[in-house]
Amino acid sequence: MVRDPRLPEPLNWGTFTQGLWRDNPVFVMLLGLCPVLAVTNTAMNALAMGIATTFVLLSSGVLVSLLRKLIPKQVRIASYIIIIATFVTIADYAIMAISLDLYNALGAFIQLIVANCIILGRAEAYASKNQVVNAFVNGLGMGLGFTFALLCLGVVREILGSGTLFGLSLFGADFQPWAIFVLPPGGFFVLAFWLFLFAVVRKHRSHSRIQEQEIADAA
Amino acid sequence: MQPDSLTFIFLNAFIINNFVLAMFLGLCPFLGVSGKIKTAWNMGLAVIFVMLVSSNCAYFINKLLVRYELEFLRLICYIAVIASAVQLVEMAVKRFSPALFRTLGIFLPLITTNCAILGLALFQTNRNYNFTQSLAFSIGAGAGFTLALILMAGLREKLELADVPDVSMGAALSLTLAGLLSLAFMGFAGLGG
Amino acid sequence: MSDETSPLSTPANPGPASLILTLGIIAMMSGLLVVTTYQVTKPIIAANRQEALEKAVFSVLPEATSKVNFRLDEEGLRRLEGDEMGQANLFAGYDETGELAGIALEGAARGYQDVVRILYGYSPESECVIGMTVMESTETPGLGDKVETDPDFLANFECLEARLNEAGTAMRNEIVTVKSGEKTEPWQIDGISGATVTSQAIGTAIRRSSREMLPLIEKNKESLKRTIDE
Repeated sequence: MVRDPRLPEPLNWGTFTQGLWRDNPVFVMLLGLCPVLAVTNTAMNALAMGIATTFVLLSSGVLVSLLRKLIPKQVRIASYIIIIATFVTIADYAIMAISLDLYNALGAFIQLIVANCIILGRAEAYASKNQVVNAFVNGLGMGLGFTFALLCLGVVREILGSGTLFGLSLFGADFQPWAIFVLPPGGFFVLAFWLFLFAVVRKHRSHSRIQEQEIADAA
Repeated sequence: MQPDSLTFIFLNAFIINNFVLAMFLGLCPFLGVSGKIKTAWNMGLAVIFVMLVSSNCAYFINKLLVRYELEFLRLICYIAVIASAVQLVEMAVKRFSPALFRTLGIFLPLITTNCAILGLALFQTNRNYNFTQSLAFSIGAGAGFTLALILMAGLREKLELADVPDVSMGAALSLTLAGLLSLAFMGFAGLGG
Repeated sequence: MSDETSPLSTPANPGPASLILTLGIIAMMSGLLVVTTYQVTKPIIAANRQEALEKAVFSVLPEATSKVNFRLDEEGLRRLEGDEMGQANLFAGYDETGELAGIALEGAARGYQDVVRILYGYSPESECVIGMTVMESTETPGLGDKVETDPDFLANFECLEARLNEAGTAMRNEIVTVKSGEKTEPWQIDGISGATVTSQAIGTAIRRSSREMLPLIEKNKESLKRTIDE
């Protein structure tokens, strides 16, 4: 299955699911961890951050893919950074127009999407070499994978740290929230827990696959 | 301690709200380059240096943008200027101090994509720091980054000898360690009072 | 990237002019996009801000039912309408009968993480601060944001003394935040233990703003009372 990575990839189901599970930007590639930890103290913030990042990933991916034949190799990184910064500024103003509370909660981290390595990484590694449709589908997959990861953290941290989910109280007034989970150390611990969980699942899967193989060989 | 004083701003960025452990900025190099104390130290020096330069640049650019009411171009200008500042610093260091370049050299390009640098510029603008306050803030932030990096590297060097289950090796373990460090740093919150 | 060119990329080594041209075109495109977004969202953002402010004004002045924006500085008092509303630094609240129910003022001070912006209600009649709400803060959840919810802390602002001296030119007693449980005077704010810096920031914000604004309000007291009838 080894293929020349410089050739454009055909559009298939894998283009979309790559970012969702196999190369999940957070759980597998460990990229863009700053927003993953910084704004996931509530599920709502996590969702908004995920949507904003997906928007930037999608639109910058499409534009980079459209312009891929026009941008000379020597200035490509500079061009990508300008394109990404443009869309981040747009997302920034859009969030401010939609909800000021949300904007205040996310703070400077919306603008820090610019420095999120996933976006520049996708522009450079995928969008600049592939068709517009592929870039769109792949960006959508990556964005959803990123949003999924943010929600994984946001939901756990909000339930344990404030006893609520999307602002709705879950356990009634008697619940004593574990404030540590909305504070910075909680972010590290919850992410570590998810990584550990996925590592166990992976190991289990590959283990059973080897066993099946052995049974097949024996037969 | 007055929240406006230079000492508070420095201590705040250095340990109370440590850039890496409390604000989660610059996590990529934190997890990537914290294998050995020596490398961590060099990386930290390079970051302090670049932070000083880019914080100064950001301060003057912001003055200019506010004057002509072009605040909506702030982000684009900051990222462009930081990227070129890092390039210029790299060239200048190479030209005038080859010894320093050998120490910092390979780390400089890595820094461009470090969100701690852009974060520093954005935070100092949001908080309306004046010139000296920005200076104290950038030194504090750089020193805080270096401190976190070195502590982490020290822990990881010891960890190589530890016997842990192989599923928890790698990132999960590093993040748990970072969480413990972050927990310890929360104790400094009392300094603010 | 390796030196080999991929089958799709442009031929190597374009001249410096074309490099600059590409960057210029991209920069222009991005400038156009950003400016359009800015123009489209600007009125919506201003309206959002105004709405949030209105809500806050009525929460710090419980008896008020209507609000008028003013600009008050050394040059005097100016009533603001339409586009100018955003420049207001003083919001007068009136009750149903048209009487002045109180004045809402803005304050800001640096807190633990970032600037904390507050709005507080001042009643010239009782010479008290009668309400406080946090407009903008990024303080630590679970610690610093207690200032928005802690009932004991908010009780400080039921009637916090803000009296001027005999001449009406300066505060008789400056408003300060003291450590939790050490409040002895009516002009002191009882801080929250565990959120010391944030409660101090709120004290500082009210102190700075009251020091500057209250003497000016005293001078223009009569015209503030009358405005609603006009």
